[in-house]
Amino acid sequence: MEIILALAIGILFASGVWLVLRPRSFQVITGLLLLSYAVNLFIFITGRISVNKPPLTLDETALDPALYADPLPQALVLTAIVIGFATTALYLVVLLGSRGLTGTDHVDGKEKETDE
Amino acid sequence: MTSMLSEILVLPILLPLLTGALLVLVNERHHQLKYVLNQLSTLLLLVLACWLLIVTDGPATGDDLLVYLAANWVAPFGIVLVGDRLASLFLVLAALLANCALLFSYSRWAKLGVHFHTLFQLLLMGINGAVLTGDLFNLFVFFEVMLAASYGLLLHGYNITRIRAGMQYIVVNLIASVFFLLGIALVYAAAGSLNFADLARLIPELAPAQRQLMHTGAAILAVAFLTKSAMWPLGFWLPTTYSAASPPVTAMLVLLTKIGVYVVLRLNYLWFGDTAGSSAGFGNTMLLYGGLLTLAFGAIGLLASQDPGRIASYSAVISSGTLLALIGLGQDLTLSAMLFYLLSSTLAVAAFVLLTELIERIYTPTDSVLALSMEFFALDGEKEESAGVVIPAAMAFLGLAFAACALIMAGLPPLSGFIAKFSILHQLLQTPMGRGDWALLVLLFIAGLSAIISLMRFGVRSFWTAHTSQSPRLKFSEASPILLLLLVCISMAILAGPLSALLERVADDLLQTSRYIEQVMQTIAISRGANE
Repeated sequence: MEIILALAIGILFASGVWLVLRPRSFQVITGLLLLSYAVNLFIFITGRISVNKPPLTLDETALDPALYADPLPQALVLTAIVIGFATTALYLVVLLGSRGLTGTDHVDGKEKETDE
Repeated sequence: MTSMLSEILVLPILLPLLTGALLVLVNERHHQLKYVLNQLSTLLLLVLACWLLIVTDGPATGDDLLVYLAANWVAPFGIVLVGDRLASLFLVLAALLANCALLFSYSRWAKLGVHFHTLFQLLLMGINGAVLTGDLFNLFVFFEVMLAASYGLLLHGYNITRIRAGMQYIVVNLIASVFFLLGIALVYAAAGSLNFADLARLIPELAPAQRQLMHTGAAILAVAFLTKSAMWPLGFWLPTTYSAASPPVTAMLVLLTKIGVYVVLRLNYLWFGDTAGSSAGFGNTMLLYGGLLTLAFGAIGLLASQDPGRIASYSAVISSGTLLALIGLGQDLTLSAMLFYLLSSTLAVAAFVLLTELIERIYTPTDSVLALSMEFFALDGEKEESAGVVIPAAMAFLGLAFAACALIMAGLPPLSGFIAKFSILHQLLQTPMGRGDWALLVLLFIAGLSAIISLMRFGVRSFWTAHTSQSPRLKFSEASPILLLLLVCISMAILAGPLSALLERVADDLLQTSRYIEQVMQTIAISRGANE
């Protein structure tokens, strides 16, 4: 389980880094999305991997922490998803604006002569 | 301390939030009304910040911090807001700069696009929140609020240059946010807490494996903060962004880099100060050499730049580099001198940024600078000239203000820049000098020299060889913020004694980590109704 999760996060992150370094703005935004997926997964598993354990309980008597998942990373990851979503959407708008104004989707706003 | 006083800590966050929300509802046609509301709120914020500084410094709280428990949950379970002298000082600086930038934007820049005032207030909310918060994840949220608002402001009155700069600025900061989150996750995995004070309590007792994880987390967090404060390999976004944004926005961006420095300062002393056991001094070497490289990069960049926007950018880089190197040196004695330098350089660079736009009007007396942006929004031409009173002796004002800015930025006597630099050098020379101290000393002189050369070249070109038949038209509302900023710098030089005493006490806040930890952790929830 750990290995699969670690591999998934690693591959997502590596693909994200590669895409962010590409010259086209669409590739960059895809890369950013992959990066934020990887990070969200990463935050999620800092609460340790557990199956079939609720994060909250209303029962005030039996409080054995081993029976419950850590609720904090789950709360953090929700917030991080929302914020990441909003900022990526904002970047999308800038990307479209740049495409409209400069007529190219290069991240520098102009084509290089020797570009691929 | 739980007292009614600590409730005021929420106000610097709530006030801009509510004003920002209110301003969305007012139609853009009522520009005057929006501006007045915005300025009133920002003025109120300044009063609030000054009051907070007096309260945290004064006898009302004794030696206590103000701690506000959000939703009445005690630390480390809830989010806390912590007000000490350092936080209050940054609140005052932010509010002061915001007032000046806003006043400057009144005559034209604010009308250039939509929702300037709302974004401005949200930016202030983010800054104030980031300064006051005592919780790592909450810091992330406020950073995002601050950055989202700054994206909007950077693109304000958008043209091709701003879009291009914005693309890079946004991507760099989004990636920095990714690192921020990674760092938070690692710190939580290592120590199981996100509260600054709780972490500071836990760090000395960590097991070796966890300590390694904690250090990794802290280093990754530092990448995020140092990107904001433009340390050398991470700060390439800064010159492009600063020279593309509209002047009032750039003035606020100058402040944002200092918020990065603030976070580094606070967390470095709290987590890796003298009480941190075997983690003490972690990362100081990196900060020192990073700062020195930033300083060298800024000095070289400054020599190479002709354009006023770039001169201002590299001055900001130099100021960041100096501050980071001083933090890295980790000498407690230089702290108050460092804070003095921070205040003086921030105000001077902000004043210079505002001033450059006016100086450029010597070349282009008409409003051709704006013509490009104005087309997008189809504003009426005559309306744009309407606001404000024109001041007399514009050239004399520009020349004198430029000279004052240059003196402060280069650190020449008699203004505050000199006092700041002198006290840094004085403190450095008092202690036994290591290699880092010598490097910093030499680089500070080189940076000062390149600032003199660069600013003199710019001044000679602007004022002595300017062959205009008529002096530019300056509005009162454009000249007064610059004058105000410079007056603050001048009074900093005159009142250097009392100010230094205050800054000594501020530095003490940083050094007494155990006091911070105890007071935050021991603040009890307010019991309501009948006590049992």
